[in-house]
Amino acid sequence: MTAENLTLGKALNTGLRRAMERDPKVLIMGEDVGKLGGVFRITDGLQKDFGDERVIDTPLAESGIVGTAVGLAIRGYRPVCEIQFDGFVYPAYDQIVSQVAKLHYRSQGKVSLPIVIRIPFGGGIGAVEHHSESPEAYFAHTAGLKVVSCANPDDAYWMIQQSIESDDPIIFLEPKRRYWEKGQVNVDSASLPLHAARVARPGNDVTVLAYGPMVRTALDAATAAEEDGRSLEVIDLRSLSPLDMAPVYESVRRTGRAIVVHEAPGNLGLGAEIAARVTEECFYSLEAPVLRVTGFDTPYPAARLEEEYLPDLDRVLDAVDRSFGF
Amino acid sequence: MAKGEVKARAHTTRAVPEPAFVQLLTPEGDRVEHPDYAVDFTDDEYRSLYHDLVVVRKLDAEATALQRQGELGIWASLLGQEAAQVGSGRALRAQDMAFPTYREHGVLYCRGIDPIMPLSLFRGVDQGAWDPNEFKFNMYTIVIGAQTLHATGYAMGIAKDGKVGSDDGEAVIAYFGDGATSQGDVNEAFIWASVFNAPLVFFCQNNQYAISEPLERQTRVPLYHRASGFGFPGLRVDGNDVLACYAVTRKALDDARHGQGPSLIEAYTYRMGAHTTSDDPSRYRIASEVEAWQAKDPIKRLRAFLTKQGMAKDDYFDAIDEEARVAAVGLRERVLNMPNPDPLTLFDHVYPHGSPELAQQKEQFAKYLASFEGSGH
Repeated sequence: MTAENLTLGKALNTGLRRAMERDPKVLIMGEDVGKLGGVFRITDGLQKDFGDERVIDTPLAESGIVGTAVGLAIRGYRPVCEIQFDGFVYPAYDQIVSQVAKLHYRSQGKVSLPIVIRIPFGGGIGAVEHHSESPEAYFAHTAGLKVVSCANPDDAYWMIQQSIESDDPIIFLEPKRRYWEKGQVNVDSASLPLHAARVARPGNDVTVLAYGPMVRTALDAATAAEEDGRSLEVIDLRSLSPLDMAPVYESVRRTGRAIVVHEAPGNLGLGAEIAARVTEECFYSLEAPVLRVTGFDTPYPAARLEEEYLPDLDRVLDAVDRSFGF
Repeated sequence: MAKGEVKARAHTTRAVPEPAFVQLLTPEGDRVEHPDYAVDFTDDEYRSLYHDLVVVRKLDAEATALQRQGELGIWASLLGQEAAQVGSGRALRAQDMAFPTYREHGVLYCRGIDPIMPLSLFRGVDQGAWDPNEFKFNMYTIVIGAQTLHATGYAMGIAKDGKVGSDDGEAVIAYFGDGATSQGDVNEAFIWASVFNAPLVFFCQNNQYAISEPLERQTRVPLYHRASGFGFPGLRVDGNDVLACYAVTRKALDDARHGQGPSLIEAYTYRMGAHTTSDDPSRYRIASEVEAWQAKDPIKRLRAFLTKQGMAKDDYFDAIDEEARVAAVGLRERVLNMPNPDPLTLFDHVYPHGSPELAQQKEQFAKYLASFEGSGH
């Protein structure tokens, strides 16, 4: 195996480069993605090497980015759109939900839109408002879209390439506060298909489900819980729509306990859907209700409050305690 | 003023007086010259334009009747806008691509497409499923203005493919109405098409109303003036003059295919019918306004022209009417014979390669439906 030690951001950059080398129809479009390489430098150097016809600095209009991507896709291109921050995707929401998600269905399969919409998401970087949101539930709720999130450099490298190769429209959520975390990337082969969950750490006592930035938090909690003699199994969901529930059910049937962790508000979040499904499928195995550790049902707060808002190691451990309290 | 009476529109609120438009055929059927635009049709071509106008209007009337009889869920009539649609539709070359709203039945017809194609959408048996690339005519778009961005992206793709700069170049036409000009997407499309020099013609059928709202609620300047602010040419054409609509669209498309970028055409016309069959225009506009526009009817003026020029006589016009009638009967029969979709098809085509979850939902729903069989329900 050929392994490279890359940051998550560099792994995305390298994955984009591979996809562009492989298929001349792949385009990158977004605000500041050209010379600047994006505000997080995820597209760094790509315009220099592939030209401004393929790496397109767009006008500052998100609906325009996604709407023109639809036309380019009908023409046979595979656009990769960058939305600069999570909170700026909403001007494009109509195009995503009413057009991108529905055209394959209403054309009865005659139109495919292989569009990837990359969104750096989540908090923890001390930003002003609109720069720390977790909008995944809006998109996971919409039939016709697929939603994924990577949590480590190897997945970043492979999942972005798999998303671009997919014929589905994909919302690709990047855990922006983990962009600078390093890890081994196996550049020879992908370890999993795109829409598969992974056991990130095996355990026996509680199943902890997370995705994106919260996988690291869950893993840290598992390390800490070990000192208390509790064995947490951490599952990285990776795909939020569709959810890959088989490994989750298998795990919960063994542990009898499940905790879902996400930054997004709890009300009608991914955790609610997962709790419902686990209850339907694993009812007789459960020792406790499925618990959720999430952001609060408030707008994302000011930066000096985000540590209180965001789920952390202690809140995960607190939920573990509560699960054992039943 | 009695209750329920509709007040005449206050034209005095306009910021500038109504400008002249490009016209080649007067409402009386007289040819007039224009310094920049001309047509060079043969007699047969003039007659075929008349043919298309009449057939398109008759098919449209049949669809309205089908809705009134409960055979269509809704219909968006093009009545009054035949010249704008036939003129611009006939101006497209084979390689050009059109992005319609839900009212471009006349353009669809001029693309050589079977007019039955969009009827399934309005009957509710599907959602208007066709391959845009096969017909060079995108699916109808219901969300107001959304298709202008799709058209812009498609036109950018043409440029990327190197298909501009010659007579064989490709161009795109994006249709929308006066109401759509207030949408963010349309304004974004103007910006994108402009800065990327996309081979695109924005074709606005200004039919004076966005459902009930008159033009004054969308703009204080003539719509075609908007183009200059975005950095491309705009003009107003007599939207009830099929010759002028053809001439200006042909020129704009050819300019686009030769690499001269986008332009805006405002076809100044009038929606003679309702917005859709669900609408009641008597609540918001007066009869005298409608009558004034009836005098500018696109078909009447071309018929007068053909008669004056000796290109056609009553027997020809009667034959066209009969052909249109037969086409309408055929359309009706095929609408009535459209099968209802199988309930289980509602799960199909959500994703290009299916989904295990939807396969499971489909299977469960099939079992559920089967559980009623033989129960008398």
